[in-house]
Amino acid sequence: MPRFATGDRVRVRAAHPPGHVRTPYYIRGRTGIVERICREFGNPEELAFGRHDAPKVMLYRVRFSQSDVWSDYKGASDDTIDVEIYEHWLEEVANG
Amino acid sequence: MADRGHDHVHASPVDEDSPHSYHQTLEVAVRELLIEKGVIDADEVRAAVEEMDARTPARGARVVARAWTDPDFRARLLADAPAACRELDIDVSPAQLTVTENTEDVHNVIVCTLCSCYPRPLLGLPPSWYKSASYRSRAVREPRAVLQEFGLDLPETVAVRVHDSTADLRYIVLPQRPEGTDTFSEDDLAALVTRDCLIGVAVPRVTRTVAEPASP
Amino acid sequence: MDSRGRGTHDIGGLAGAPIELSEHEAAFWEKRVDAILMLLVGEPRRLISVDELRRGIEQLGAGAYERLSYYERWIASITTLLLEKGVITVDELGRKIAEVEGRGA
Repeated sequence: MPRFATGDRVRVRAAHPPGHVRTPYYIRGRTGIVERICREFGNPEELAFGRHDAPKVMLYRVRFSQSDVWSDYKGASDDTIDVEIYEHWLEEVANG
Repeated sequence: MADRGHDHVHASPVDEDSPHSYHQTLEVAVRELLIEKGVIDADEVRAAVEEMDARTPARGARVVARAWTDPDFRARLLADAPAACRELDIDVSPAQLTVTENTEDVHNVIVCTLCSCYPRPLLGLPPSWYKSASYRSRAVREPRAVLQEFGLDLPETVAVRVHDSTADLRYIVLPQRPEGTDTFSEDDLAALVTRDCLIGVAVPRVTRTVAEPASP
Repeated sequence: MDSRGRGTHDIGGLAGAPIELSEHEAAFWEKRVDAILMLLVGEPRRLISVDELRRGIEQLGAGAYERLSYYERWIASITTLLLEKGVITVDELGRKIAEVEGRGA
């Protein structure tokens, strides 16, 4: 069961572990909106060490406003960036 | 050694005549060891390269042209791109292909900042600029400046939507059908759709008028 | 990995030079590297995963990551993974490299 729903506000965890991580540095700590629930996939963090039997993880596509990602963003206020993020990298954000 | 002679059959740049770099030597050594051990065989390597060469942006252009001429197909493509591509006998597995549609108000552009993930089943191998540090680093932060370097100057009224292919999805852009193409055949339309249009660093332009009915 | 925990490959948002738009097709040896990876990753072998390939590339270290070309990084990582998994040995590889070099240009 996906923990988040389309339209939920989510924050990307600001963690910096070593290993093979698919959450880009620039998006860690940023808040966006779940654009879609993709589906479950093998966890790259485990697959990268040859562990093919590790539990699958839910993948989401999260949409961020560019001006929320880059404080000095030059472009239209409607510009966005979509990033695919696995569930364990996301946390709830209180409405507001 | 038997497989090396065949390399010259291909039109691709041949590296056998120039001194090998260390990594070129490594490729030969690893490949030959894998073949000697029976892990892979030389025919498979050749077949894989041939399959690679068969994948060109013409596949992506065909998909777009069909979407422009068949609204039901377009809807199916946006909902489930792998299934829609199968209708055209294009197998995009194992990619989780996702189509992002340009509209009057939104322009999509694709990048992979961490690596160089690319919709290879529809476009083939990525161009060198797509793999470059400049494109990977800048496309997410200053997409409009990057698009300008490709000759695409978008008004502020059009939102730029960047897609960073970080995980398991692969994207292509469904561009807008250009004005003045009502009489174009599907093949004429496909000819307007370049690789760069499918990545989102260009938009299709009518560069020529289709000659007065060339065929009856 | 830099002092703030940012990987060498994790470059989204960094400053960069203008995009170099010249096109060059992959060289044949580069396509073969690609082919070798596809064969090792795919059914029925599944000897290595793309994620492992990428871990190997990301662990090349800052100097090598930036200096090596795309497919040089690939063959370097593929080689390390095949050594780690015992598919080939260092000794076999050393002898084979010497043999290939000995064939001359």
